[in-house]
Amino acid sequence: MTISIDPQKTNNESLQPKGWLRYFSFSLDHKVIGIQYLVCGFLFYLIGGTLASAIRIELASPMSDFMPRDVYNQVLTLHGTIMIFLWIVPVVNGAFGNYLIPFYVGARDMAFPRLNAVAFWLIPPSGLMLVASYFVEGAAQAGWTAYPPLSITTPQSGQIIWILSVLLLGGSSIFGGINFIATIIKLRRPGLKLMQLPMYCWAMLGTSLLVVLSTPVLAGTLILLSFDIIANTGFFNPVLGGNVVVYQHLFWFYSHPAVYIMVLPAFGLVSEILPVHARKPLFGYTTMVFSIMGIVVLGLVVWAHHMFTSGTPPWMRLFFTIATAFIAVPTGIKFFNWVATLWGGKISINSAMLFSCGFIINFVFGGITGVALAQVPFDIHVHDTYFVVAHFHYIVYGGTVFIIFSSIYHWFPKVTGKMLNEKLGILHFIITFIGFNLCFAPQHWLGLNGMPRRVAEYDPQFQFVNQISSLGALLMAISTIPFLINVFLSLRNGKNAGDNPWNALTPEWLTSSPPPVENWEGEAPLVEEPYGYGKEISEQK
Amino acid sequence: MLNKNIYLILIISLVFAISFWIGFNVNLLPAEASINAPIYDELFKILFIIGLIIFIGMTIAVIYSLFKFRKRNDQIGDGIALEGNLSLEIVWTIIPSIIVLFIGLYSYNIYDRMGGMKELNHNHEMMSSNSEKIWAGISQTSDNEIAINNLSIEVSAMQFAFLFNYPKGNFISGELHVPVDQKVSMKMESKDVIHAFWVPEFRIKQDIIPGQPTILNFTPTKVGKYPIICAELCGPYHGGMRASIIVEEESDYNEWFNKNKKPEVNL
Repeated sequence: MTISIDPQKTNNESLQPKGWLRYFSFSLDHKVIGIQYLVCGFLFYLIGGTLASAIRIELASPMSDFMPRDVYNQVLTLHGTIMIFLWIVPVVNGAFGNYLIPFYVGARDMAFPRLNAVAFWLIPPSGLMLVASYFVEGAAQAGWTAYPPLSITTPQSGQIIWILSVLLLGGSSIFGGINFIATIIKLRRPGLKLMQLPMYCWAMLGTSLLVVLSTPVLAGTLILLSFDIIANTGFFNPVLGGNVVVYQHLFWFYSHPAVYIMVLPAFGLVSEILPVHARKPLFGYTTMVFSIMGIVVLGLVVWAHHMFTSGTPPWMRLFFTIATAFIAVPTGIKFFNWVATLWGGKISINSAMLFSCGFIINFVFGGITGVALAQVPFDIHVHDTYFVVAHFHYIVYGGTVFIIFSSIYHWFPKVTGKMLNEKLGILHFIITFIGFNLCFAPQHWLGLNGMPRRVAEYDPQFQFVNQISSLGALLMAISTIPFLINVFLSLRNGKNAGDNPWNALTPEWLTSSPPPVENWEGEAPLVEEPYGYGKEISEQK
Repeated sequence: MLNKNIYLILIISLVFAISFWIGFNVNLLPAEASINAPIYDELFKILFIIGLIIFIGMTIAVIYSLFKFRKRNDQIGDGIALEGNLSLEIVWTIIPSIIVLFIGLYSYNIYDRMGGMKELNHNHEMMSSNSEKIWAGISQTSDNEIAINNLSIEVSAMQFAFLFNYPKGNFISGELHVPVDQKVSMKMESKDVIHAFWVPEFRIKQDIIPGQPTILNFTPTKVGKYPIICAELCGPYHGGMRASIIVEEESDYNEWFNKNKKPEVNL
């Protein structure tokens, strides 16, 4: 049976509101949905960032004096959950994926436009529900990992709302993943081969495979956990004979691939941005594709490295050490390829390029501490300490969030038709880069020297270094001000961008800015060499 | 061309020299107070040096590219249309694989020397614990010749305290006293949620899990008082869940032990 959807009919223009109102509607246009994801994600980023600031204020002094202890645990739980499930995952997958993938495959919309809209509209209510759970009986306070038995013994309503909210967000993520796989495989324009696709398509294909394979495991696990909480079952409750370590295995079977769900799309986005601003082809296209798929396969068999000090026997600790360390090889290849892409180019040093280079430096640092953490004997000392906190913020903030900003500077002209201000952009980069490193680099030392994570109080000898870290967090908070000013000013008075301000070759630039409802006035262009910089085809343009 | 190569070799040797110098001269770790600690610090030093070489090298490459290949105002057009280089890609696949393999084998060796690969069993003098399955932990440190008499302690953790049961003395203490240079064997179990036993100066950590006993064996080497820190989120007072381990000379330890010892109850 084949079902063909004619986008002409699904996007019945008379039924769709126009202007800014369409961003609040059940729009089926992939570009509108992409912007909905981005703006919604950014609002949650501001909430999660406010919670992070609250954590850093509490930690500026060694005593627990800024907020009650149980509220502190709620704040750190909400911070982690919001940043992962409502900011990074929806934005690098949903926002950029929805906006770019149909352009890249030469389609007029995603494969399932209604499913796409449903996937987005699951996010705002579940996010609001999560935040509002604080006012019910207190939000969840067992950390974003929700390990039982702690999650079974803390106040129930907050934990149950947390589970419901994460289930809905996971559902949204699965709908999105199915949609991306179908779009990339089935909606490619005739004549466009898989190995001609821009790298972001490959990254999203790999990411969506991980989403579809691992998110259902998280969903099942959380449903069992909710049974333990409300129906007194004993899956994970040791009092009733349950096994708490099984929960950890199931949880990390999703949540380690989740790290790749957060970074692989960023790898794809940076592969689009660097060639444009360096005016050079992406170095090593084929190895980049294979390394993405290598990361997908290895990413599924490394979860227990989060459990080296848990109930894991020695052989298991060793197996996961080797598997984890080997992820460094495909990841390393990608970084060498990006540096080789820069080498010999004609690089425009602008905000998009600076954030991308900041990403390379930060991520290499986070990757190195990651290889160290993969080693069981190393991990045993620093597991569950600030060393780990520093490591994963280098990956998800220094890595992915830097790329989100880089992408905003890169695609803002396409989305709005206006250029962002470069001076404010570079100021934004400088404050973010300094603030980020000031905040998280010292935390490595804290972890090595005896400060565990998720604590509201600590040994007074760590006060000075914690204050440096809090100062960095303050700079990070300040850095959003030039960014927001830049966005609002540029929307009103920005320089007109024209259709292709960067002279880029990928298909989204071969239409007007902003693009029309069905992406191209005429037929979709066939782009066989999306990275053909320095070749004849680019000189013809 | 020759000049370029000389500069490259010069820069690479400089990166190596700086990394080795930092690796050997910058100490980021707390005091070493157990047999495991110097073994751990040896691994740390190697990883630190390799990491520094890669990080400094990559950072220089990025910043150099941004500077050297930046677009000048008078330039138009694109960079060179270089799409890849197979031999280069093979080199940077194989070299990282070798480094990763070396680190993996080396850390296996370190973990083995720490006693991590030994069979998991607790105290051999107490028959009761032999039948029980031990789920995880770090067992005996193999190259410990000093220890002849094992000191067996049963640790129970609860929100928000550690309790140390000395079965031989028939008493429970809130402070862990151990004699220096003697092997300590602990069997740990939690009464409520998951906790963890961490002594940074000993470089050891093991979760304490409800329903699944774990073990942790170690040999302290330096007299002093060190913090025992809970490292697994266990509730509102998690940050305050701390205890002390007091490593003392054998005579001091015996004095403390005899003071606290309760007579055995004969049935």
